[in-house]
Amino acid sequence: MLKAMLREAWQAMGANRLRTILTMLGMVIGVGSVVLMMAIGQGAQYAVAQTISTMGSNLYILISGSTSTGGLRSGGGGGPTLTVADAEAIAELDGVANVAPVHQGTQQLVYGPNNWSSTVVGTTPPYLEARAWTIVSGHPFGDSDVRSATRVALIGQTAADNLFANDDPLGKTIRIRQSPFVIIGVLGKKGQNLDGRDQDDTLIIPLSTAQRKVFGTPFAGSVRLIMVQATSAEAMASVERSMTALLRQRHRIREGQDNDFYLRNLAAAADSAAETTRVMSVLLGAIASVSLLVGGIGIMNIMLVSVTERTREIGIRMAIGARQKDILTQFLLEALMISVAGCLIGLVLGIAGALLTNAVTDMVIVISGGSILVAFGVAAGIGIFFGYYPAHRASGLDPIEALRHQ
Amino acid sequence: MSQVVIRTLAVGKSYRTAAGPFAALSGVDLAIEAGEFVAIMGPSGSGKSTFMNLLGCLDTPTSGDYFLVGRNVAQLGKDELATLRNRTIGFVFQGFNLLPRMTLADNVALPLVYAGVERDARRARALQELARVGLGDYAASLPSRISGGQQQRVAIARALVNSPQLILADEPTGNLDSHTSEEIMALFTELNREGITIVLVTHEPDIAACARRQVRFLDGRLVSDVPTAARALAAC
Repeated sequence: MLKAMLREAWQAMGANRLRTILTMLGMVIGVGSVVLMMAIGQGAQYAVAQTISTMGSNLYILISGSTSTGGLRSGGGGGPTLTVADAEAIAELDGVANVAPVHQGTQQLVYGPNNWSSTVVGTTPPYLEARAWTIVSGHPFGDSDVRSATRVALIGQTAADNLFANDDPLGKTIRIRQSPFVIIGVLGKKGQNLDGRDQDDTLIIPLSTAQRKVFGTPFAGSVRLIMVQATSAEAMASVERSMTALLRQRHRIREGQDNDFYLRNLAAAADSAAETTRVMSVLLGAIASVSLLVGGIGIMNIMLVSVTERTREIGIRMAIGARQKDILTQFLLEALMISVAGCLIGLVLGIAGALLTNAVTDMVIVISGGSILVAFGVAAGIGIFFGYYPAHRASGLDPIEALRHQ
Repeated sequence: MSQVVIRTLAVGKSYRTAAGPFAALSGVDLAIEAGEFVAIMGPSGSGKSTFMNLLGCLDTPTSGDYFLVGRNVAQLGKDELATLRNRTIGFVFQGFNLLPRMTLADNVALPLVYAGVERDARRARALQELARVGLGDYAASLPSRISGGQQQRVAIARALVNSPQLILADEPTGNLDSHTSEEIMALFTELNREGITIVLVTHEPDIAACARRQVRFLDGRLVSDVPTAARALAAC
């Protein structure tokens, strides 16, 4: 019986082809835009997640300074308060995986006739691990390089491209402020960070070399930053507490006095960036859903017209033995068929649109099975929800009145 | 004595109107036995159509009792009424009332869809009934491609397809010319000879004369109930 009804619903759809297609168009646009918007939204989420993963996970950055002397107050970088010894002490704390003191600044790199301004980072070997940074060729420097302040360097992709063009940088010697440095490793590509800065435009050298031969700090043993990585996300809160307490104790800061360092939680920054894109993605989906709703109302409208037009037919069917639920099923099936067919076409167009967007704009697109399933479920739901009222109205007609209807 | 198909006991139907209750039908007692051929006559507004709607279970009486093949219709729910219309009664209308988008075979088979019959069996029985009314070659045609008389034959085939005990025909010849009317009446007469009970509403005396019993309504009351005296049409 259901098969016969499906066949009839199909025939009814074909009876007024243009109207069926226009009704379907509402669903096509609705589902298409939901699929497209979700693909773009999830693409943005994916892109942010990728960027966050290049930063390294569970990171804190301690920034020296934050002084208040004689009424003058400043935040990070104001004074040389953090030291290598602080970093070594923090490394002893529970829940700390990696600690890397950092002294960084912008310097002009020179190779033969080429020169390029880049961020030079003086640090210790745990830095690479904390930032989850790989070496694509060559090898990293070790603790002995830091101890003896050797002139070796790891070069990022962007800096390498600008200095060496097509040459292999490995083993070449570059100069920073007249000091020669040998490139012993090339870093893997990371792309932009959350602020949009190119992370690959960098040169990493041993901390001691940076302090003595490049930046020449007057305060021996002091560093601008200390990068601290917790063993897990759960450990971060306790690491933050014990680290702050340790530093206040080491710097002899009295109760009620401000910290002379500044603590930045990179994980929190990453979370907020992820949250922003998630909200944007939901917003896009919500806007697209409105068109799905409008499509559903279009189906209801046409089904109501159809019921009025076919009142006599309904009367005939009732006279020859159709029960109310038979009439209800018939009209519900028609609405469902229109919405599901519209959904299928919308799905194809939405995916095609997403692929086109990707091809034209380089935007990252993620088409997930989940979003397709959601679109389908919603379409079926809309077919039933908006088809029910007209179908109910049809099934509730009085057979005598319906038969008399012209 | 043969089985009583229709028995009405003081059946009445009244409507609420702005001017107060209006009795379209009151106090009708009628019994029709299996195998009878009854014509219901009367001017328009006499209540004959209201009575037909009651007989056809499209409507229920507001007073009195109506027993169709022994069941009190007033006590049945909407689904049970639908089942009675499907299995026990076959309708033939003045305006044929075929569904225009369906082939003749599908039109004839439609009551079987609601009876839950399988597709192959539906088709076989529809073809059989189409052949019985002389339209076996038109199974795949659409209603718009055949004449009015042929459409009424298809409607009769549809009424017959679920082997009902009773055929109710409401002015079946009202839209047909006299020659075609005679053919349709000849078909009804033949079906009645095969044992099917037929009740038909008409205002044409010639047509009514094909029936063997004539019932007359006036102002909502049954005023006469007599056997047919003489056949007017050669076909019946």
